[in-house]
Amino acid sequence: MIWQLDLAILTLVVIVGIGAITVKDLLGAAIMFGAYSFMMCLLWSIMGAVDVAFTEASVGAGVSTVFFVAAVFRTTRRTKD
Amino acid sequence: MGDFIQALVAKYNYWIYITLMMIGLYAMIAKNNLIKKIVGMNIFQTAIILFYVSIGVKKGGTLPIIEHGHGAHSHVVHAVDYINPLPHVLMLTAIVVSVATLGVALALGIRIYNRYHTLEEDEILSQIREK
Repeated sequence: MIWQLDLAILTLVVIVGIGAITVKDLLGAAIMFGAYSFMMCLLWSIMGAVDVAFTEASVGAGVSTVFFVAAVFRTTRRTKD
Repeated sequence: MGDFIQALVAKYNYWIYITLMMIGLYAMIAKNNLIKKIVGMNIFQTAIILFYVSIGVKKGGTLPIIEHGHGAHSHVVHAVDYINPLPHVLMLTAIVVSVATLGVALALGIRIYNRYHTLEEDEILSQIREK
């Protein structure tokens, strides 16, 4: 495990996580959450958990984002906070 | 004091995982929108999964795939050389469960929107109180 890379990507994960819950547009929040899942996939590759990494890449970054976008499409994009 | 700061810096990843977990908890409690609450729940889950996977990391360990797996039966497998794969397998199940939870939560959100025409928690509660 390379700790410099680990620390850099963990910082990015925290920034993207804060962004996903503060952005005032639900479609934006869905895309930010996809970016968050992708960062998480990179983090697991760094830690050596390759099986978890490709499960996260397909299930977390793929299917979850599609679910979120479909739910926002069926409801509304507006949010107050 | 020096020991304390050393311990703080040496376990930097645990502090960042706790930060992520608190971000998720804040979103679940304080956010007003239901979709934002679901995003917070997912962030909380991934923080816990990160903590478990980071336990298995070993200094100088390689990926948990056996080297010379084919053809060479004479090789001895040293468990010390490999990262511990047990937390990985457990957390693989947790990822699949989290996606199932996400699907059910979003389906409930769509049903709530069809009935109340809003996703904001306070508006839903005021509509329930009016009835």
